[in-house]
Amino acid sequence: MTGYLFLALIVFSVASFMFGRSLARRKAASQGVRGHSLPAFSGWFVAIWSFIPAALILFVLVVFGGRVENTIVQADVPAAVQQLPELNQGLFFQDVRATVNGGMASTTVYDGELKAAFDHKVAQAKSVDNTITLGAYALTLILALAGAAFAYSRLSPQFRARNSVERWVSAFLVACSVVAILTTLGIILSLLWESLRFFQSVSPLDFLFGTHWSPQIAMRADQVGSSGGFGAVPLFVGTFLIMIIAMCVAAPVGLYSAIYLSEYASPFMRAWIKPVLEILAGVPTVVYGFFAALVVGPSFREFFNWLGAFMPGTPMGEYLMNVQNQMALVAGVVMGIMLIPFVSSLSDDIINSVPQSLRDGSLAMGATRSETIKKVVLPAALPGISGAMLLAVSRAVGETMIVTMAAGLQAKATLNPLDTVTTVTVQIVTLLTGDQEFDSPKTLAAFGLGLTLFAVTLALNLIAQRIVQKYQEQYD
Amino acid sequence: MKLYTRPLYAPDTSIGKPRDPSMTTSATTPKFVARDVKVYYGDKPALHGIDIDILDKSVTAFIGPSGCGKSTFLRCLNRMNDTIPSARVEGTILLDGEDLNDRKVDPVVLRARVGMVFQKPNPFPKTIYENVAYGPKIHGLATSKEEMDHIVESSLKKASLWNEVSDRLHQQGTGLSGGQQQRLVIARAIAVGPEVILMDEPCSALDPIATAKIEELIDELRQQFCIVIVTHSMAQAARVSQKTAFFHLGNLVEVGNTEDIFTNPKDQRTQDYITGRFG
Ligand SMILES: Nc1ncnc2c1ncn2[C@@H]1O[C@H](COP(=O)(O)OP(=O)(O)OP(=O)(O)O)[C@@H](O)[C@H]1O
Ligand SMILES: [Mg+2]
Repeated sequence: MTGYLFLALIVFSVASFMFGRSLARRKAASQGVRGHSLPAFSGWFVAIWSFIPAALILFVLVVFGGRVENTIVQADVPAAVQQLPELNQGLFFQDVRATVNGGMASTTVYDGELKAAFDHKVAQAKSVDNTITLGAYALTLILALAGAAFAYSRLSPQFRARNSVERWVSAFLVACSVVAILTTLGIILSLLWESLRFFQSVSPLDFLFGTHWSPQIAMRADQVGSSGGFGAVPLFVGTFLIMIIAMCVAAPVGLYSAIYLSEYASPFMRAWIKPVLEILAGVPTVVYGFFAALVVGPSFREFFNWLGAFMPGTPMGEYLMNVQNQMALVAGVVMGIMLIPFVSSLSDDIINSVPQSLRDGSLAMGATRSETIKKVVLPAALPGISGAMLLAVSRAVGETMIVTMAAGLQAKATLNPLDTVTTVTVQIVTLLTGDQEFDSPKTLAAFGLGLTLFAVTLALNLIAQRIVQKYQEQYD
Repeated sequence: MKLYTRPLYAPDTSIGKPRDPSMTTSATTPKFVARDVKVYYGDKPALHGIDIDILDKSVTAFIGPSGCGKSTFLRCLNRMNDTIPSARVEGTILLDGEDLNDRKVDPVVLRARVGMVFQKPNPFPKTIYENVAYGPKIHGLATSKEEMDHIVESSLKKASLWNEVSDRLHQQGTGLSGGQQQRLVIARAIAVGPEVILMDEPCSALDPIATAKIEELIDELRQQFCIVIVTHSMAQAARVSQKTAFFHLGNLVEVGNTEDIFTNPKDQRTQDYITGRFG
């Protein structure tokens, strides 16, 4: 019903637009003047006044209607229900709601006094629901008509509809950005709030500097070590290790291909390579993930095992022969491949924005092209490029899928690229997948990790943005 | 064979001086001899056959309405047109009797001999010292720190910039004023020890005072270099140059002594241009 009303409102607004426009035209024609604003602006003005106040009411009804109804219905709890345990009281009201709104009720059978109370509450809920809905509908209609009438009455050739519409447009834009800001704020606050709850049971110092991570144990209160291990150091070491490996692949390859693309490639090559890189950028990370797990992992293992076979008897040889599919190296290398297009397209833009006059200046001094790139273009682009690299780092730190599939799940504080490691993001996923209670330290730990990760990437992005900004100022 | 090999350079004596005594030239020997030079951008002709002799140890000014091909011809003289993929150059240009466009000529070496200054000052985002030392460094002209210091100092002195920057050599070159930046760029070009300096509207981004300084500088540099300057200011051409060449629609209409061109032009088009009737 609300949906139809909304549709009707839209139709009404479109009609308002047409009427407003033609009214403005006729008024101007009858007075023999040119209006202050084009007729279309008058149309928009009427349409906006017909639509927005009424639509706001509908919005409020949809968002808050149910809540108001619940508050009223639950304001007085029947005596029979009061005797129930708290959990069942909740269930009772849930069933009332379900019966009224046509949802799934539980299988509980209410009889006797409870039956009476139930029917009473259902009747009450129905009437409250009707009142609220009908009231809101009526209000919507009134507001739509009143808004349209108000707007019509103001139309005249002198009326500055254009400026009025301008104000509405800016109000709309402000509203959108406020929504964006509020959402971000909400996410940060909830992250902070849940992390606070986590840090009530695990001290922040233990979390940030502890070297033992085994949150699974904490699930079972009766076990030894029920406090669990919530030292996040191994996770951060793992994240760091994989990030470094990924950057070792992505930074040089991405940068050099950007240099090739922007300085050497003929327009023809550029027209081919750019789209290919963009395709690479469009591959979903999960595809990279199974590529890592099914192709790269086994071939790396075979290679190291083969290498180990050359040094039989030595500890090194023994170790290499027992290397497994899952290792930091595989995840890092594949993640690096994933980051190549990211790095190269950012660097490409940055290198292109180095003014041509600098290249000309250097070439005119008798420098070769590669000297010019090395000594003039790259130093000039360096701040921007380091900004791009930091952005890549923050993507590497946040990447989950590849690591889950290729690096294993063991939390080890090791810098050995052949070892299995795990990262912050992977642990967040494992902590939260499956059926979980949302108040054990185990699940709350995810928020602690999330908060720390958020702080790290935020810092990285801020620094990167500052650098890129500074760089851009240089050539304005 | 000079154009094929790396220039030899003795920093303390020879900045700007001819390196080979037998090559000593004067304001009557042509440095460049261009014959039937045609340039195309893609299929579009930009120059239709230019014949000109450019004398050593003097200033030659290129004037003409916008788009007539002055910059295009100037860029032929140090093969900067090579850097524009669509540009094609035909004809011969001799520098000291050797063809610039010969396939054996290394443009990198050529450009060390024929320096260029652009319309907009384009110092590298490095320190003043590094800007000037840039060319000598890539050409290996200095073997020690002292030599490099010497090259930097004498180049800055020749560009009349030394007094203004000697106390801040290690600050960013981009932090100088426009006029100082332009002189820095000239110092940078001088530091490689070129024989020719090409200037494409070097004063068009500068105020009158900075312009006067550059003009004064050009007049001094004339003693040691062959200078070619493109300018839109007739007054500037008259002030700084000994020879003037008037370009029009891709043709070289008239070239001669500056005085003659400005007081007694032979061609009607030149007359119209210098009296401001078109352009
Ligand atoms: N890179 C290029 N690609 C294509 N055409 C070009 C290019 N550079 C110059 N031209 C064309 O060649 C002709 C001559 O240009 P040029 O820059 O030499 O003129 P100019 O005399 O220096 O003009 P101005 O006084 O405005 O600098 C013009 O018609 C111009 O459009
Ligand atoms: Mg030009």
